[in-house]
Amino acid sequence: MSRALVSHMVKAWGGARNAPVMAQVGLVVMIFYAALALLAPLIAPYPETALVGGMFEPWSATFPLGTDQLGRDFLSRLIYGARNTIGLALATTLLAFTTGGFLGLVAAERGGWVDQVLSRIVDVLMAMPQLIFALVLLTAFGSSILNLVLIIAALDATRVFRLARAVALNVVSLDFVEAARLQGHGALRIILFEVLPNVIPPLVAELGLRFCFVFLTISALSFLGIGIQPPTADWGSMVRETAALISYGDVTPLLPAGAIVLLAIAVNFVVDWFLLKASGLKE
Amino acid sequence: MSDFEKWKALLLGGALNRRDFLAGAAALAGTAGLSAGLAPRAAHAEPKRGGHMRLGLGSGSTNDTLNPWNYPDAFTTMLGYGCLGNCLVEVDAEGNAVGDLAESFAASDDQKTWTFRLREGLSFHDGRPVRAEDVVASIRFHMTPESTSAAKSLLANITDITATEAGEVVFVLGDGATDFPYFLATVLLVIMPSEGGVVDWQSGIRTGPFVLEEFEPGVRAKLRRFEGYHKPGLPYADSCELLSIPDTTARTNALLSGDVHYVDRLDMRTLGLLGRKPDIRILNIPGYAHYYFSMLNDVPPFDDPNVRMALKYAIDREDILAKVLQGYGSVGNDNPIAASVKYAVDPQPVHSYDPDTAREWLKKSGLESLTVDLHVAEVGFPGCIDAAVLFKEHAAKAGIDINVIREPSDGYWDNVWLKKGFCATYSDGRPSCDWNFSVFYAADAAWNDSRWKNAEFDAMLAEGRALPDGEERAALYAKMQDLVQKDGGNIIVAFNDFVCAHSDAIDHGAVVGFPLSDGYRITSRWWFS
Amino acid sequence: MSRLILGLMTLVLVSALIFMVVALLPGDFARAILGPNATPETVAAFRHEVGLDRPALARYLEWISGAVRGDFGLSFSSRSGNTRTVAEMILPRFRNTLFLAGFAALMAVPLAITLGVLSALYRNSWLDRTVNAMTLTSISLPEFFVAYLLMFFFVVKIPLFYSLASVDAGTPLGERLLRTALPALTLVLVTVAHMMRMVRASIIAVLASPYIEMARLKGLSPARIILRHALPNAWAPIVSVIAVNLAYLIVGVVVVEVVFVYPGVGQLMVDAVSKRDVPVVQACALIFAATYILMNLAADILTVVSNPRLLHPKEGGVR
Repeated sequence: MSRALVSHMVKAWGGARNAPVMAQVGLVVMIFYAALALLAPLIAPYPETALVGGMFEPWSATFPLGTDQLGRDFLSRLIYGARNTIGLALATTLLAFTTGGFLGLVAAERGGWVDQVLSRIVDVLMAMPQLIFALVLLTAFGSSILNLVLIIAALDATRVFRLARAVALNVVSLDFVEAARLQGHGALRIILFEVLPNVIPPLVAELGLRFCFVFLTISALSFLGIGIQPPTADWGSMVRETAALISYGDVTPLLPAGAIVLLAIAVNFVVDWFLLKASGLKE
Repeated sequence: MSDFEKWKALLLGGALNRRDFLAGAAALAGTAGLSAGLAPRAAHAEPKRGGHMRLGLGSGSTNDTLNPWNYPDAFTTMLGYGCLGNCLVEVDAEGNAVGDLAESFAASDDQKTWTFRLREGLSFHDGRPVRAEDVVASIRFHMTPESTSAAKSLLANITDITATEAGEVVFVLGDGATDFPYFLATVLLVIMPSEGGVVDWQSGIRTGPFVLEEFEPGVRAKLRRFEGYHKPGLPYADSCELLSIPDTTARTNALLSGDVHYVDRLDMRTLGLLGRKPDIRILNIPGYAHYYFSMLNDVPPFDDPNVRMALKYAIDREDILAKVLQGYGSVGNDNPIAASVKYAVDPQPVHSYDPDTAREWLKKSGLESLTVDLHVAEVGFPGCIDAAVLFKEHAAKAGIDINVIREPSDGYWDNVWLKKGFCATYSDGRPSCDWNFSVFYAADAAWNDSRWKNAEFDAMLAEGRALPDGEERAALYAKMQDLVQKDGGNIIVAFNDFVCAHSDAIDHGAVVGFPLSDGYRITSRWWFS
Repeated sequence: MSRLILGLMTLVLVSALIFMVVALLPGDFARAILGPNATPETVAAFRHEVGLDRPALARYLEWISGAVRGDFGLSFSSRSGNTRTVAEMILPRFRNTLFLAGFAALMAVPLAITLGVLSALYRNSWLDRTVNAMTLTSISLPEFFVAYLLMFFFVVKIPLFYSLASVDAGTPLGERLLRTALPALTLVLVTVAHMMRMVRASIIAVLASPYIEMARLKGLSPARIILRHALPNAWAPIVSVIAVNLAYLIVGVVVVEVVFVYPGVGQLMVDAVSKRDVPVVQACALIFAATYILMNLAADILTVVSNPRLLHPKEGGVR
């Protein structure tokens, strides 16, 4: 970890008490979700997949949010959904950002044919219609959770690569990077310790949005008939499974959809605040 | 939130009542159960002419053509057969083969020579008369070496077709077949105009109730009434339009907003809500179609009949019928012959959910527990992923662990069906024992889902084919059904009703269950109220 | 010019990649189009008829040499006596796709810029927060769900629009607009957030620079500062994000097309993929890739035009 990065984080976490209300709310929501995800088996009243009641039972003391079409407890599935959905989104986003970000920095720092080859590959991948491409790959390789994570991460990584490269191009021409080069530091060291800390803010901003897009991709894929294996609960598929109810003014699909929206807003409020701190712009 | 609770309670209550009602109605109707739309409602209004009928169908693809070698889905069948075409024969409400373009037909004593007489004054959409030669060319079109027709193997028994000078068509068969007329009711075998023995299928000019005006594959087909249709008074509507609406919610909304008058492939989960809309009618038509899980008989552990038996007892069909089919159907007993088919029996003991019996069968195969993979996809049968998840929970109580593996819909019939040991599939069923067994259970049948090979069964099948109708035939088919139920590789979950919905702007009389959706004849048999 | 050549190169690579990926797909066209009820003989005859029994490379080379001459060949669903060229399948649908994209863009782009400027101008006000939360909500909801919500409110509850956007060549403009209103609105909702957030972020980033400070010291009004000084300098990232979203409106609308039954290219391509209709898949992918590349090219050019200093980066103070 670089000093600059650590100081960013210290500033960020240390400043939480002084953070704007919106960011504080965002943090609380994120912590709440993390607790749900980690403690799902303890919190959820019923197991994830067990048939515990009749189908579509109304909201009651026994089933706080009723049951789904097979008689599984809806609240329990929402809680387990937090674990599966956030876990999946986190794994995908981190993978996309480490590979895409790292390769982007390498391309910017090395330049020349390394940059050319990487950039052309990314151009080609980005020019493919994303959803259809993912659909085709998943059909070809099977829609296991691992494949889902790898394929979405690979497609997301192209976007991250572009951003990281563009931002890093500005940084690598600056004096302190030049100085590090003259001192004879290796490329890896320069990338990690000199370039990376200075491209963090725009990457974090992107991360906030990309994180949410993962849910959407999974949801859209389940719309086209591919997605997470049943009977695993995840919010994207739960929205898809219950979406038809909306035509009758039923609120059920709004529950998993709302869970996604709330998380997205929380994450992005925190990200906005982080950006504000990083930019040093006074309000 | 009160509305929310109300409908759930209503649905729950409604589902139970509806099942009770259906059970009673089916018992009363007996074999004629097929003929009635069972929705409890007032008497139908008198048919009326006129109007532009719009149907929203859940199928259709940009690759569709009018070639009758194959109708991949309901859209192409409704268009190519239901609106545009007629066969020599059709299946009536009681499940009998009756003449359509043929006025009458008769067989020689050995059931090997069949003679069909055409109706008088038939004409194609462009006014040309329908000749016996056109019939010969239309059937032969499916039998040529280069034909890729799905009906090709069905017609393999035909050795010769000739048109007589008296305007009759004579079929000569290799082996006698009492049920031969049924085969000619196959929706692919529509009669088309021909020139020098070459049929014209491209133009869509046929004999059916509607004339094709515009066909945009995967989007829509527009048609107008054929004034020279041979069925008196039909069609009622002036024009009709088939729209391909693949998304279920969009289809439902189109019906709710009045953009279309009829939709198929309903979302079973929200059926209760749809039925409560005042201007929407839900119609369920019992038929021969069934949903099943298929075990390949040459793949371990399914090659052991005891394992197959254990799984047959480890599934709670009632639960799946209630939750996945919402009660619209009847539970299966691993006999593919629907109760309303001639010679149908209900083999005993009935395979009902019993974890202890399942365990006993498992013990007979020398196993304490069993783990199997069950492959499903949305196209397997509607709701089959939910059904498989339920099956998993049922079987767990019998010490059987089922891994539900969701496969992509894309490529399912190519890579999973007939390839993976255990998967979900469906059949539209057939109105005769011979037809059903020949197509799905004979050792060499192309659609033998479970690769079940039983020499005794095959011998009986060949014997029964040429038997005249009577007690001997009945006894033989009873024995065959018993064999399939006990030894076969298909776990028949339920006979599913055909369920569709229409707005109260249109109305209909008695409906038939085979082929599906009122014989695919909705556009001509239904009218504006 | 060099960028144009690069674009063409990318295009060729994309076509090859798509071809490889489609070849990877399990199953084949013959099986896929004939359905579960096809017998093995049926399938074999079919494979031969459409040439699937020839090597993939030969098929690809034949196709690409035709495509260069503007001949995209025949769809696999062609049969003797009923030929269907890929071009005639795609062209009317591409026109529809462009119409919907244009309709949506006309609403989305001005809206995004206005909202972005306003929320940058009044940042941290209730307006900023509301706009922010609303746009985040609209992009966090799956597209089909946004579509269903709109259908519920504007078709089922209040019958203002149509749930089916099925238009054909003969549909008059007025009805066409009415029929495509909901799909366009869905697209506006899902694209506006991304653009608006970039507008806001870019303007705020520029606000921290010294010359804005100078303008502020000169006593210019905040609105004037943003419109006259910040916006022009924040143009580059805004234009590029608009380009990406315009490309998305053309390329990425499969789900909206399916929900509203709109006959566009996305639906055609999904169909073609599932039926393994390789010539159609190829042509669609090529059109999509070309659109994407063109949009990015246009963004580059616009950026340079809007900010002449970028032509000579060394002279200007742009970092």
